[in-house]
Amino acid sequence: MTVHQLSIFLENRSGTLVKVLKLLKDQGIQLIASTIADTAEYGICRIICSEPVRAFDILRDAGVAVSLCEVFALELDDEPGRAADAIGIFAAEGLSIAYLYSFLLNGKGVLIFRTDNADKARDVIKRNTLSFIPEKDLSKLL
Amino acid sequence: MIWNQNKETMSREQMRALQGKRLHKVVSYVYHNVPFYRNRLQQMDITPDDIRSIDDIVKLPYTTKQDLRDNYPFGLQAAPQSEIIRIHASSGTTGNPTIVGYTRKDIEIWSECMARCLTAYGVTRDDIMSIAYGYGLFTGGLGAHYGVETLGAAAVPASTGNTEKHVRLINDLGITAIACTPSYALHLAETMEKMGIDKKSLKLRVGAFGAEPWTENMRTEIQQRLGLKGYNIYGLSEIMGPCVSYECSEQDGSHINEDHFFPEVIDPDTLEPLPYGSTGELVFTTLTKEGMPLLRYRTRDLCTLYQDQCACGRTSVKMGRILGRSDDMLIIRGINVFPSQVESVILSMKECAPRYLLIVEREGNLDTLTVQVEVRQEYFAQGFDTFEPIFKLEKELGAKLRSVLSISAKVQVKAPGTLERSQGKSKFVIDKRVLK
Repeated sequence: MTVHQLSIFLENRSGTLVKVLKLLKDQGIQLIASTIADTAEYGICRIICSEPVRAFDILRDAGVAVSLCEVFALELDDEPGRAADAIGIFAAEGLSIAYLYSFLLNGKGVLIFRTDNADKARDVIKRNTLSFIPEKDLSKLL
Repeated sequence: MIWNQNKETMSREQMRALQGKRLHKVVSYVYHNVPFYRNRLQQMDITPDDIRSIDDIVKLPYTTKQDLRDNYPFGLQAAPQSEIIRIHASSGTTGNPTIVGYTRKDIEIWSECMARCLTAYGVTRDDIMSIAYGYGLFTGGLGAHYGVETLGAAAVPASTGNTEKHVRLINDLGITAIACTPSYALHLAETMEKMGIDKKSLKLRVGAFGAEPWTENMRTEIQQRLGLKGYNIYGLSEIMGPCVSYECSEQDGSHINEDHFFPEVIDPDTLEPLPYGSTGELVFTTLTKEGMPLLRYRTRDLCTLYQDQCACGRTSVKMGRILGRSDDMLIIRGINVFPSQVESVILSMKECAPRYLLIVEREGNLDTLTVQVEVRQEYFAQGFDTFEPIFKLEKELGAKLRSVLSISAKVQVKAPGTLERSQGKSKFVIDKRVLK
């Protein structure tokens, strides 16, 4: 139901992002999706990648401000309105989305998000039999 | 005008004789009432009887801020608690403030010395003076206030903050004199201009500016923008508060109230006394204080002492402008800030690495302090995923800094390893203020 995501604290300064990406590149880690949230002074780079646990170790050992966390990964058909349907279910249950991003993988839409209540979100996904992507499938699809 | 003709225009011989007499008395007083000084004098094999003239002052030990800290809070107090009628506190280097207790006579002397300053600036009982130094633990507000009342002018305890209201009062009440920091005077001028108030419609004519370093160019600008004459006032809470020295109508060097505060300038490295005219660290001995008399207190302020034939008629020794510090203290908005205070706050937070940078800037006419601090990598590794914990940490640090420093600081969290690791303490501070 959840996949590993790297969250990296970055300062808004040129060169900080490329340093992180190069560390991953040098160790043969492949990015599947990435997004950056920013404020005036800071950014958080969120990355879904191959071998996330190894990627975390590489970055941590290089002194990067990184954490490894779990985020929900729903699989949706690639047609209009599917995201609205899925998010609508969470909204109806009173769950808030902290952040969300999506990407296409082999013809399927993938919705990555974090909610304010992980246990409840897990329960909602189960009850509504929403389809999710197991982490091993993400790498398999590469 | 001169407030105390006798003391302020005394011949040099008379003054030296008076100082010698008073020095003997104060040494004898601390010898019998302050164990710290008795021990120190005994170690040096000095008794009060060895102090027969002011020239004997070189035999006495120095007192430092560290001594005050080690004897916190009342260890250097000479008078019994029942004689103390007021207690002030100023910032210390590790969070322990410096505590200064005053007896009734101390307050009287302080008020008189302050009245001498105000009279030298041309303030009389016909004036209305607003005091925009902070009222509180800081000696600026109450010190100036009592001086104005002693003089017989009307004191307006405006304190700091709410500048627009203050400008209105200056305008509506016809306030003629003001006491504040020079940077606040510029801020006041700016506010006044923004409010569309012409300086010509104001009655301001005298400004008593102090508590932070300033320059001739700042004086010219303040005088021009506020339409008054600005005079320097100098003091420090350990010795008394504002009133230790003051400029006269000549606006050329500050006369020291040396019948109460004996000045010396020393080499801060060798601790050797320096002759008049040399730049060194200013040292004061309180000659009449009862609450907490101090022998040869090292102010850490660098300046020059000199004697001239001042056209105002005063005969006292003068001190030039403060040229800097012999330690790492910063003066921000008139408040003393030590980098070590910031460090103590940072070390108390487990999220923070002991690496930080203080950036002092002047935005408009007000000083700002930014504290950049590195957050430990482990803090991020434990589930960091949104900005919330960063903002929370900045807020928490900001609140702690405010309570320790008494001024607000902007906090910026930095990623691990982004601040330069430095050896010298001064590298923790970038002071971008340009005092033109």
